[in-house]
Amino acid sequence: MPASTLLKAPTAVAQRQRRANLRRNAFYIALIGVGLVAPFIAYPVFLMKILCFALFACAFNLLLGYAGLLSFGHAAFLATGGYATGYLLASYPGLTPELGILAGTLMATLLGVLFGVLSIRRQGIYFAMVTLALAQLMFFVFIQAPFTGGEDGLHGVPRGELFGVISLRSNLAMYYFVFVIFLLGYALIQRTVHSPFGQVLKAIRENEPRAISLGYNVDAYKLVAFVISAGLAGLAGSTKTVVFQLASLTDAHWHMSGEVILMTLLGGVGTLLGPLMGAGLVVSLQHLLAQSPLGNWVSVILGAIFVVCVLSFRSGIIGELGAIYRKNFK
Amino acid sequence: MTMIFGVPMAVFMGQLTLGLVNGAFYALLSLGLAVIFGLLKIVNFAHGAQYMLGAFAALLGFRYLGINYWLALVLVPLVIGGLGMLLERFLLRRIAHLDHLYGLLLTFGLALIIEGTLVNLFGVSGARYATPEILQGGLNLGFMFLPTYRAWVLVAALAMCLFTWFMIERTRLGAYLRAGTENSQLMQAFGVNVPLLITLTYGFGVGLAAFAGVLAAPLYPVSPTMGSSLLIVVFAVVVIGGMGSILGAILTGLGMGIIEGLTKVYYPEAANTVIFLVMILVLMLRPAGLFGKEA
Repeated sequence: MPASTLLKAPTAVAQRQRRANLRRNAFYIALIGVGLVAPFIAYPVFLMKILCFALFACAFNLLLGYAGLLSFGHAAFLATGGYATGYLLASYPGLTPELGILAGTLMATLLGVLFGVLSIRRQGIYFAMVTLALAQLMFFVFIQAPFTGGEDGLHGVPRGELFGVISLRSNLAMYYFVFVIFLLGYALIQRTVHSPFGQVLKAIRENEPRAISLGYNVDAYKLVAFVISAGLAGLAGSTKTVVFQLASLTDAHWHMSGEVILMTLLGGVGTLLGPLMGAGLVVSLQHLLAQSPLGNWVSVILGAIFVVCVLSFRSGIIGELGAIYRKNFK
Repeated sequence: MTMIFGVPMAVFMGQLTLGLVNGAFYALLSLGLAVIFGLLKIVNFAHGAQYMLGAFAALLGFRYLGINYWLALVLVPLVIGGLGMLLERFLLRRIAHLDHLYGLLLTFGLALIIEGTLVNLFGVSGARYATPEILQGGLNLGFMFLPTYRAWVLVAALAMCLFTWFMIERTRLGAYLRAGTENSQLMQAFGVNVPLLITLTYGFGVGLAAFAGVLAAPLYPVSPTMGSSLLIVVFAVVVIGGMGSILGAILTGLGMGIIEGLTKVYYPEAANTVIFLVMILVLMLRPAGLFGKEA
């Protein structure tokens, strides 16, 4: 083989890679643009709800889609973040919202370390059951603890002033703050997935015994993925508490753990944009159904979507779109 | 009055009985989960909903068809188990070749549908199911008062557990099932109709849940949400015991019931959470579970 073709082949690959990167960057810039103008078109509080749940679903997807771990207890982290932030902001009026959110995220991360150490001791179906049981334990803790307001939850959490300067009382200011938080969370997940660490995670997902035989400390990788996921879920919960000024038991209920699975599954497990799409769809659906005569049937409809997704739509919307794109345009 | 660790004997024994009865339900339900898991390798998330359907079928059968308790105890598990077989045949079989987590997700979706539908039809407040006349009242044992129905539940649940153990360990069909659990492809090669065996097994597991539901109907308020919170506790019991052995599932179920009952006596604040705490302890000390073979 002449030397020139040897040199040429990688350049062609590199060129294609560069073009793909360019396309992806253009796509992200367009998406950020949409995010920036969105509050002038749709109701900002609704958009903030979508962003919070999208971050929650992206965090969950990091674990399921890239490490292959199905957690049935992610509500625990959402609620821990929410309650911690809510309690701190309500009890210490001097505290600025970003510090409150940071503290809530930290609490959820710590809980993630604790739960992660326990649950990665079992695999597959047992992992799902362990996380579900641990989350139910937290649910009872939140019911009985003195600082959570029991069945009523925490109300009237002040939004306060960002950095002590910018008032978040206006929904528009709040929206841009939430948007920035979402982007930071999303960027962290994107970086994690595309890093060598993310590649090892995928290897563990595909073939764990092989990853072990290659010398990777599989449990450590799983634990780190679990903790990042838990922390970001907590960030979503903390942010949600500041937006809606309340933290309640709904966030800790196992239904919530199920909802985040549905969002991820519907949008596409293991795709970066899937959870965002899925969260948008599920939140919009709940919003529409709540105003319609079908309002009481939300959980039945969500259950039906679950069944349809599992039976015939397993790669989700983004996954299916990606397959069509690869088939026809590449 | 006799005291046990500072608690009156009657209170102590009363809570112990309550715990044992709860434990009997944990045992029945985790046994059903274990039987299904053995052959299908999926965790049946609809188990709680199927237990609840058992209780509802008994209630509605009595209300509209005049089916009495004893007849319901036989008919309801057959009907609900039959529905379970249809579910296996037409839905679960279609995803049997996939990662077993999909089975968990599918049955979770079904549980949401069943529970949500019944909430809409009957509301969340529980209905009462009358205890059959022979089992009303109680026995005064001298040191405690034992309600007859609770004693009956214990006997019936344990008898059913024993029957299941006998079926699986001592009959030809059970031998097929155990062999299928080990290696179903080899079984099929030997000419055993494995798909039929799978359908029957799922139906049997669901029937066990429905049987537990009928037993529970006179004891607890019959409501659409009675199954889901119970199921999560049963999951913890399954993690504690492991799904490897039948006797293990029964013993763990009863043991956890007793621990829960005693916690109610000495530290009621933790009664809801004690089983989860035991699960954490077991995960730290013996990750494979008390009777588990694999991690």
